[in-house]
Amino acid sequence: MARAATGSPGGARLTPTVSARGADLASGALGGDRLALARLLTAVENRTPLAEAALRELYPRAGRAHLVGITGPPGSGKSTLVAALIAEVRQTGRSVAVIAVDPSSPITGGALLGDRVRMQVHAGDPDVFIRSMAARGHAGGLASTTGAAAAVMDAAGFDLILIETVGTGQSEVEVAAAADTTVVLEAPEMGDEVQAIKAGLLEVADLVVVNKGDRPGALRTAGQLRAMLSAAAPRPSRGDDRPRPKRPEVLVTTATTGEGVPQLIAALERHRAAGASSATPAARLARAQAQVWAIVGDRLRDRLHDTRRRAGTEAVLRDVAEHRLDPYAAADRLIAELDRQAH
Amino acid sequence: MADRPIRVLIAKPGLDGHDRGAKVLARGLRDEGFEVVYTGLRQTPDMVAAAALQEDVDVVGLSILSGAHMTLLPRICALLRQQGQTDVLVTAGGIIPDDDIPALRKAGVAAVFGPGTTIATVADFLRANVRPRD
Repeated sequence: MARAATGSPGGARLTPTVSARGADLASGALGGDRLALARLLTAVENRTPLAEAALRELYPRAGRAHLVGITGPPGSGKSTLVAALIAEVRQTGRSVAVIAVDPSSPITGGALLGDRVRMQVHAGDPDVFIRSMAARGHAGGLASTTGAAAAVMDAAGFDLILIETVGTGQSEVEVAAAADTTVVLEAPEMGDEVQAIKAGLLEVADLVVVNKGDRPGALRTAGQLRAMLSAAAPRPSRGDDRPRPKRPEVLVTTATTGEGVPQLIAALERHRAAGASSATPAARLARAQAQVWAIVGDRLRDRLHDTRRRAGTEAVLRDVAEHRLDPYAAADRLIAELDRQAH
Repeated sequence: MADRPIRVLIAKPGLDGHDRGAKVLARGLRDEGFEVVYTGLRQTPDMVAAAALQEDVDVVGLSILSGAHMTLLPRICALLRQQGQTDVLVTAGGIIPDDDIPALRKAGVAAVFGPGTTIATVADFLRANVRPRD
């Protein structure tokens, strides 16, 4: 494995030194020091105590940026669309940060982060900040630390934060909890109307974009999606607060030329102004839940792998691997182990 | 966490369009467990330095076959130092005459990997020479 030692052992969390250095990095990032911001994002990715100390300072200052999730299948044009959005948004003077997530190898842990290739023309702009993240084994389309990284960029003062997921299939819907507005990209001729009414990714879309609008079939694909997603979706009825499907607007873009991108930005603004997602307490609670439960999971895993428990935990995992124990019983046994040592 | 993946930027400064070597190396380092950020062709020193900063990489690997290495590589090293990234390991590969290597090393390039270098050699060098950070 290509790993370097870090100066932060897992046991000692927020010592006074760590807190002070975290606060330093946080104030650097708030003051516009881009290297401090970059280092802070590394700490967040590596889940170090330093990051926790810094987030304690930064989190109360986040919540002002518009967080936009961009998701869709591999090769549908997510990175190219992000680059086109940056170009368009920068004309209005607003600052943009990007988190571009690519998959980590399940075999070596390595990753090839190639989303920047499409965005590099904006690298030198001081009001654009692009960060690539490897998913590091997390399966929902993002890394487990993407939400925290977005909060850091938000606190650092970026107006718009674009979160580009790994290339997704049908059910990597996590980005919807991390973003205020979720854009799902489709390429022309990727499926028929039945694909459009399957549950999953398309259900979390606030906006559906058919990219590669210059290809044959783009308008027909957009028409099918419109018919199935917007027109056919049930309208909310009074006195009924059951969860309702969204009725996403369907747009067509050609990210390589910028065609349709101003309309997409206008639609993003409309969605934000309508307060359709993040402004509602339920959506904010859902985001908090997603973040906190992910951290709870990480913390429990860390505790089960600390020096005292590692051997026992690994024995339980081996028992499951060899079918001597079922996964549910294994989970109960590990939780019981934590309970026993807590008392 | 007790350890972390090493982050490497693979960049092609200058105007040559030959990126097969850079892509093979990026792929090879991925397989060695590195997180590799690839930025594509025709990068100016400013673009390389900006990417290195935003990505907070441990290593900047520069592939160049155009002959402009004596101009571009020292410039990139200087920019990295100016922006406070004094602990980043800079390496180079491509077509670089042996006679130029001492001057490049003086400018801040830690190693030059010529044609025929194996991925394992590069990976071992990076693992051995990257500076610990937190």
